[in-house]
Amino acid sequence: MTDKIEFAFNATNARQAKKHIAKYPDGWQSSAVMPLLDLAQRQNDGWLSQSAMDYIARMLDMPPIRVYEVATFYTMYNLKPVGKHHVQVCTNLPCWLRGSDNIADACKRALGVEFGQTTDDGLFTLSEVECLGACVNAPMIQVDDDYYEDLDSGSVEKILSELKAGRTPTPGSQGGRHTCEPAGGLTSLLHQAELKSNKVGDA
Amino acid sequence: MLDDKDRIFTNIYGLDDTGIKGAKRRGDWDGTKKLLSLGRDKIVETVKASGLRGRGGAGFSTGMKWSFMPKEIGERPHYLVINADEGEPGTCKDREIMRHDPHKLIEGALIASFAIGAHAAYCYIRGEFFREAEALERAVQEAYDSGLIGADSSGSGYKFDFYVHRGMGAYICGEESALIESLEGKKGQPRMKPPFPANVGLYGCPTTVNNVESIAVVPTILRRGASWFAGIGRPNNLGTKLFNISGHVNQPCTVEEEMGIPLRELIDKHAGGVRGGWDNLLAVIPGGASVPVIPKSICDDVLMDFDSLREVQSGLGTAAVMVMDTSTDLVRAITRLSAFYKHESCGQCTPCREGTGWMWRMMERIARGNAAVHEIDTLEEVTRQVEGHTICALGDAAAWPIQGLIRHFRADMEKKIADARADDPRAA
Repeated sequence: MTDKIEFAFNATNARQAKKHIAKYPDGWQSSAVMPLLDLAQRQNDGWLSQSAMDYIARMLDMPPIRVYEVATFYTMYNLKPVGKHHVQVCTNLPCWLRGSDNIADACKRALGVEFGQTTDDGLFTLSEVECLGACVNAPMIQVDDDYYEDLDSGSVEKILSELKAGRTPTPGSQGGRHTCEPAGGLTSLLHQAELKSNKVGDA
Repeated sequence: MLDDKDRIFTNIYGLDDTGIKGAKRRGDWDGTKKLLSLGRDKIVETVKASGLRGRGGAGFSTGMKWSFMPKEIGERPHYLVINADEGEPGTCKDREIMRHDPHKLIEGALIASFAIGAHAAYCYIRGEFFREAEALERAVQEAYDSGLIGADSSGSGYKFDFYVHRGMGAYICGEESALIESLEGKKGQPRMKPPFPANVGLYGCPTTVNNVESIAVVPTILRRGASWFAGIGRPNNLGTKLFNISGHVNQPCTVEEEMGIPLRELIDKHAGGVRGGWDNLLAVIPGGASVPVIPKSICDDVLMDFDSLREVQSGLGTAAVMVMDTSTDLVRAITRLSAFYKHESCGQCTPCREGTGWMWRMMERIARGNAAVHEIDTLEEVTRQVEGHTICALGDAAAWPIQGLIRHFRADMEKKIADARADDPRAA
């Protein structure tokens, strides 16, 4: 949190920031603090430095302490450097019932770190997180902005090795289904069965 | 079982085009101007008459909530806030609406905003749903580009703007007043009520907060009529509902069904049955992590609606059905939920901030058998001291799963303690 490097939005993010601020009524620009902190974090390699928070406080005319309060309250703001990829394993009940312990172990083994740690090469930070809201596709993990669902140890290892090789594995179900429909075949919206067979064929 | 012709979410699996062309083909944005021409009162009356109860968990009448907004618009503008901070463990229904049927939500937001006199809606979507927020933003842009919303929404002359606001990871922001605080750029800590949001909400202005699903069903209710919606389900528990079936079933899935469908039918018809067969069922949490667990004996014939589940001392909540078979260590399962509530307590009220920690630590010890039997009574007492003593319902939500466990599975907790004693050489 205490770096000395001055933060400022690049041109693209400065434009984005303006767009965010414009969503809220005059005098309520502080509503934009969350999206702006997110933008800053994205520009700053995935974490928020104090100078980034101070920059946003100035931009929104907020006391810096109000910005720190927000940054420390919400779990998605990282207050120290993180790896290039943030691997987040859901271990809440629906994922646990479907084997998230195995998924967590597979991640720890493949990356050689425990929850809360970053790999020596700076490529991965591994975190345990609460319910990510993809419960009928459990177990699942989030990597950066994407969800990987219907996992087992094998598919997790494959995802991580793809990422290590600099590739982005295809997000979504790794179990062969389209999204959240029953894996064995549709039980409703039966007229869509044809669409399904086409889509699955494409995948 | 619900007929396909009575389903509202006809693209819930995203098998069809999720863009505006597909949406229009499925009936969205059809005659929206005419729906608005019904007028504010008629729209509110229709939604009331449909019997729609809020789909975010509490089950309060949506039409009634709208009617609490001031009739006249004074100096303060009105706002619609859509709660898309879907984070109740087990729940993943709004996600599917936003990424696969987003136009239902946007059209619903226009109609609901018109009905409460709002010219702007803010959709607060949980931060982790980054791709869902992208999908929704795309649909919003399509709606603007087609003139369906904006300065002259759908040719009605009504000005309406739809804004997407991403959260950043805080379960408590699903509580409506915490959500409003967060939207104002603050920590998400719930507000004391009264005043209620309908009087003092976002930016101190009259505000209605509705769940994504509640808003997204409104256009179809208006098109097909209140009596169509009210003709599905059971009295006081009407219409269709998205269910999420997770855990120990053969085919976990999301499905739209009629309210009041028997739990067993829901699991057998859509989720491929309980792993190992119905007799292998141990227990179900029927409405998201916050509602008490029910044992198989109740699951055998309970109906999935607000009142039926309340009668068995549980709740429909978000209709997130978590199924646990006989292999489940249920004490461990509920302990996981206790850890969740401890993590998510906002820290504002002492009974919740301290109580969630106490309850979790006691549950941890009991799950390991490192406790005395009478401590189960102490734990129960602690849950009663938290319940009802906090500003928002998170304290209650932390207490209820434990109360459900003690009510139905006290013997399992005692067995954990007895087994640990038997294994302990010092106890010989």
